[in-house]
Amino acid sequence: MSESNPMTRIRIGAGAGFAGDRIEPAVELIEKGDLDYLCFECLAERTIALAQLARQRDPAAGYDPRLEKRMRAVLRPAMERGVRIVSNMGAANPLAAMQAALGVARDLDLKGIRMAAVLGDDVLSAVSGQDHPLIDRDGTLADLSPISANAYLGAFPIARALDEGAQVIFTGRVCDPALFLGPMIHAFGWAEDDWTRLARGTVVGHLLECAGQLTGGYFADPGVKDVPGLARLGFPLAEVTEDGDAVLTKVAGSGGRLSLASAREQAMYEILDPARYLQADVVADFTSLSLTELGPDRIAVSGARGHPRPEKLKVSVGYRDGFIGEGQITYAGPGAVARGQLALEIVKERIAMLGLPVEDIRYDLIGVNSANVTVHAGDPAEVRARVAARAVDAATAAEIGAEVEALYLNGPSGGGGVTTSLREVVAVASVLIGREVVSLSILHEVS
Amino acid sequence: MHLRDIAHARTGDKGDTSQICVFARRPEDFPLLERALTARRVADHLTGLTPRRIERHVLPNLGAVNFVLHGALSGGVTRSLALDAHGKTLGAQLLDMEMGDA
Repeated sequence: MSESNPMTRIRIGAGAGFAGDRIEPAVELIEKGDLDYLCFECLAERTIALAQLARQRDPAAGYDPRLEKRMRAVLRPAMERGVRIVSNMGAANPLAAMQAALGVARDLDLKGIRMAAVLGDDVLSAVSGQDHPLIDRDGTLADLSPISANAYLGAFPIARALDEGAQVIFTGRVCDPALFLGPMIHAFGWAEDDWTRLARGTVVGHLLECAGQLTGGYFADPGVKDVPGLARLGFPLAEVTEDGDAVLTKVAGSGGRLSLASAREQAMYEILDPARYLQADVVADFTSLSLTELGPDRIAVSGARGHPRPEKLKVSVGYRDGFIGEGQITYAGPGAVARGQLALEIVKERIAMLGLPVEDIRYDLIGVNSANVTVHAGDPAEVRARVAARAVDAATAAEIGAEVEALYLNGPSGGGGVTTSLREVVAVASVLIGREVVSLSILHEVS
Repeated sequence: MHLRDIAHARTGDKGDTSQICVFARRPEDFPLLERALTARRVADHLTGLTPRRIERHVLPNLGAVNFVLHGALSGGVTRSLALDAHGKTLGAQLLDMEMGDA
């Protein structure tokens, strides 16, 4: 097996782990990572519903709002080094995402770049009004007023776009690991029923999809788990063989640390049943997964097993679910906890007096019990009283912040730093659909 | 001794489900982790959570015990009123569990 043969070994980097992720680690990976592919995961579960709302307001919108900024940073160095890009930054409008990236390429005078958009995940019109049961709670799709419905596509459409010559690919909703699995299928020609290799590639994609969470982000605990250089955290890359085994690493000189402990944590991140990790292309089994430290910042991955893919595809449905209003105020010094509690009691009494029709309400003392769910001892030096409520209408929800703000003049002594907020809730539910509902298409265009 | 002395943890979420995976720092600590870290003890320590059901998975290959807490997140990140709607802080709170002298 030759290291220089691209068919037997490929190098895939993780350019972003969420929509708001840092931009320069991707540039560092392109310049120093000797990559073949760079994948950007930028689409949280609810983001696509918000993007769909944006698209309804403007037909040219609905893709990741930071797409142009990222493309401006990475397009030239990536194309100069032959690094192909895959991303779900297409969100609710992959075609417009491709057009926007083509615009960036033209601005940068980069001609001849082949781009593609993968369409077909949007199944809103196909499922609207159907009574598919919700898989995460009681009820059916017919109970909701969906604003978006997107099927989790697999990796094969991405592989096909690469087969057809695309250098930059935008998708909407796909399984996150599929962004990374697509290049492997393209490079190695894995079959649709090669469950072992598809599972191994999926595990590698899963390890990479949250980018810096593999290399020391979401990990540091000073004095217990120290991580150097988090301000210049290096994002990971995987060198993958045609059998789906891989070595994870990061570029020399970057911040962070890729250790056995950080790799184990990320391997299990958001895994429910480790024997059955359900993806569109395969069911991966982590119970035989082996992670081995080869040296500093080098972890070998092997051993995952695979089982036939699920019959149906998961669809994420976004729907409007009222409004959340919130207010916060701080108390400090002796008696801070008692004054904070008094503040909450006053607001509670006011909401009852006014008969505010809230659906659900929550009272917290930040510093005591807002995140803490364990038995707690000792009073903090400062607390922040917080009230949050959900209501059907915006006006009711807005009253929550107003009631907290009124504590300035009408509440306990020494209350300061009020903040208030009001936001519309776009919630997400899931259903399963037959694979035949998706009608896939791949559109290509050259800059 | 606290759980944090022998273990580290990572927390994730899927909808209304919280997932906390606890890992032995050293291979020799894994048997204790596997023996002592039951679903009941996790529920008893995280007293402010009210999950419908807790699943527990043991992964000797990763030195890990994985907990899946169904219905623990007040509806999940999109509609929960909690400040930490993802429940990202839960694993760190679990590490405060008293392990005794075992």
